[in-house]
Amino acid sequence: MSEHQHETEHQHEPVPFSTFVKVWVGLLILTTITVIVSRIHLGALNVWVALGIASLKSSLVIFFFMHLRQEMRLFKIGLLVMLCILAIFIGFTFLDVLYR
Amino acid sequence: MSETTYSYGGFWQQGHRPGILGWLLSTDHKRIGIMYLCCVTSMFIVGALLGLAIRLELIAPGPTIMSAQTYNATFTVHGVIMIFLFIIPSIPASFGNLIMPIQIGARDVSFPKVNLISWYCYMIGAVLAVLAIFTGSGPPDTGWTFYVPFSTQTTTNVDLAVMAAFMLGFSSILTGINFVTTIHRLRAEGMTWGRLPLFVWTLYATAWIQVLATPMIGITLLLIFAERIFGAGLFDAARGGDPVLYQHMFWIYSHPAVYIMILPGMGVISEVIPVFARKPLFGYWAMALSSLAIAFAGSLVWGHHMYASGMSDMAILVFSLLTFIVAIPSAIKVFNWVSTLYKGSIELAPPMLFALSFIFLFSIGGLGGLVLGAAASDIHLTDTMFVVGHFHYVMFGGTGFAFFAALHYWLPKFFGRMYNHKRAVIAWALMFVGFNFTYMSMQALGVMGMPRRYYDYVPEFTTLNQVSTVGSWVLGLGLLIMFVNLWQGIRHGTPVGNNPWGGATLEWQIPSPPPEENFGEEDPVVTHGPYDFKGVVADEY
Amino acid sequence: MSIEHRDDTGARFGMWLFLYTEVILFSGLFLLYAMALSKFPDQFSVGSHRLNIYFGTINTLVLLTSSLTIAMAVTAIQRGRIKLTLGLCAATVGMGIVFLINKYFEWSAEIEHGIYPGSHHLAEQGSGVAAFFNLYFFTLGLHGLHVLIGGTLITVVAVLTAKGKVTSERYTLLENSALYWHLVDLIWIFLFPLYYLII
Repeated sequence: MSEHQHETEHQHEPVPFSTFVKVWVGLLILTTITVIVSRIHLGALNVWVALGIASLKSSLVIFFFMHLRQEMRLFKIGLLVMLCILAIFIGFTFLDVLYR
Repeated sequence: MSETTYSYGGFWQQGHRPGILGWLLSTDHKRIGIMYLCCVTSMFIVGALLGLAIRLELIAPGPTIMSAQTYNATFTVHGVIMIFLFIIPSIPASFGNLIMPIQIGARDVSFPKVNLISWYCYMIGAVLAVLAIFTGSGPPDTGWTFYVPFSTQTTTNVDLAVMAAFMLGFSSILTGINFVTTIHRLRAEGMTWGRLPLFVWTLYATAWIQVLATPMIGITLLLIFAERIFGAGLFDAARGGDPVLYQHMFWIYSHPAVYIMILPGMGVISEVIPVFARKPLFGYWAMALSSLAIAFAGSLVWGHHMYASGMSDMAILVFSLLTFIVAIPSAIKVFNWVSTLYKGSIELAPPMLFALSFIFLFSIGGLGGLVLGAAASDIHLTDTMFVVGHFHYVMFGGTGFAFFAALHYWLPKFFGRMYNHKRAVIAWALMFVGFNFTYMSMQALGVMGMPRRYYDYVPEFTTLNQVSTVGSWVLGLGLLIMFVNLWQGIRHGTPVGNNPWGGATLEWQIPSPPPEENFGEEDPVVTHGPYDFKGVVADEY
Repeated sequence: MSIEHRDDTGARFGMWLFLYTEVILFSGLFLLYAMALSKFPDQFSVGSHRLNIYFGTINTLVLLTSSLTIAMAVTAIQRGRIKLTLGLCAATVGMGIVFLINKYFEWSAEIEHGIYPGSHHLAEQGSGVAAFFNLYFFTLGLHGLHVLIGGTLITVVAVLTAKGKVTSERYTLLENSALYWHLVDLIWIFLFPLYYLII
């Protein structure tokens, strides 16, 4: 049998409940901040601040709740690839719409 | 030729359930691959007949054998069938499933049940497509691109057609997920990334595109559907929508889709040429990495389908520049195939003939792609017959011929029988000659100004249209002989051993047909590369 | 296959790949949103103000908490605490149902006011407002469908856990269902500010 079929079943260490609760509190705080900041007029900056905080919240969910912190490097590279492609799809479309 | 009719051994006999259920409920990648192979081949034949009908209509100006409405429906259905039901799944779902796990030394794919589900999604898509053609308000007439506003307003069966395409896309996604995971996780001991056959590399790159690009067409199709049902107006300029955004979303998938189509074909060529030149593939890592480069760069250029649609000049500039860049990794592959041939010991067996003609035809198509990729020349050629000629050169002369090469190369492995070589060569010759007359005429017509998707044309285009149509008959005859020959080969052909061609990849080390689970009791251990022919001897047949 | 070749890491990787496809699916709708927002900034503001920020915020808190409970469920089963696992799964599904019920009330109110795709009232409001609400219904509707699918997945896995088919040695099904649920939460994390909080 090949080497890496033997290593399949090393399980990840369970993440303590307290870690998850702390992350959850962080998410609630960030949500509160999002709502408060959104009521302040920042013009075009509002959307970017909102997206920035949403990205921060997402990172917490992805790395802690979804265990990406513990997974192989391959999983992280995969996520990066997908995000790059996403940025290209939306960004290049803006090259059209914004410059008409 | 042996007179005993077909009774295949190996996985053909080893179903877990008796009879047809042993196939319909099988999770064996080889059985699923065979089922896909039958489906895509049937779909190709249907699509080809529609193509012949189009050419027959165009042999003379004015109505010839069908009305204008029927003509619109015919080229739409021809496109939908050829693209979604034939080309996209053709090599990955059939030969990818049959060959890839064996080539990496695995017993099956990572998710065998998901594999079977992908086939059912394909079948549901096929049924929906058939319903779209034969029921209700008649087959769609929008072109396979379903551009708004026509697709949201026409009364023909667009709803069924987009549902069919959605299911077929889902099938493609599931295959992609399966292949990426399998290639990462199930390689045998000693099968390092540097020893993977190029076919596997191209399937890997293809699978990433299937995963990341296909969902965009999924949402686009759902939006057409919603638009027709709810009339929201998201693409309606009069209501603040933007029809060009539809085109962006459509081509964000459909351009990478053409790389889903061609990459596995390139992988087949990279397998065939070394074997029939008895020489390792030139520039292994350049070939492997160029596959990834094509996949990535191909995701950046979709706007080159939209130069005349009203995009900003900035977008036109950027997309045009990037389109030139994607030609580079493709060219690297062409140079490396030719370099592999140099000082090789060439055997012009049928798979090799298809592979060599692939290089020629794909190159012509690729050069036409540069002409279209340059925005300035594209303005004159877009929506003319030049485009039709171009994409048939790359999709038919490229992927199509690669598919035929794969048939001639690997059918003996899975059926354990060899077809008649002489008839295969005659078929190939007819196809090659017929193909060029059919599609080079179109390129000339396009330069002269004949539009595409037009039912009629001005008299000065008549001669070249006649040439093209007669060319299509020669091509059709070649296809007929090819399929009859392969069918007879499968049924009555001379039995072959493990390695009729003298290949060095893993599939040639196991019986023809392979047993269930591919390898014996012990998992294989790989000690050399895929094009290391030292000590490899072909079995006589 | 007769030989059992279990690969939990591979199973999780396949699930992540599937989640990427879901992200790209929704990205098409985000793309349309982004283009429309750049074209109609003021009308998007008008549209956003007509949404109920309380429903939106409560739903955000509900989904974030449901992500907490399903994440904890994975730890619970790793530690062999089956009853706790089942309770946490039930809490997650329960919160999903709360989310959907909120949505039902929210949308009923909006539809009653003539706000729905293709409505005459919306057409009168201006193309930007119409675009906003068309995207709102389509995107949040698709999201709601995913809440339903995710909730069903977790319910099925909970039943399998109760039957002993999912255990502390073999819990990839639960992990993968949890991943799907987190995705549903992630999408909402972006939807919420983009639709409810445009000032």
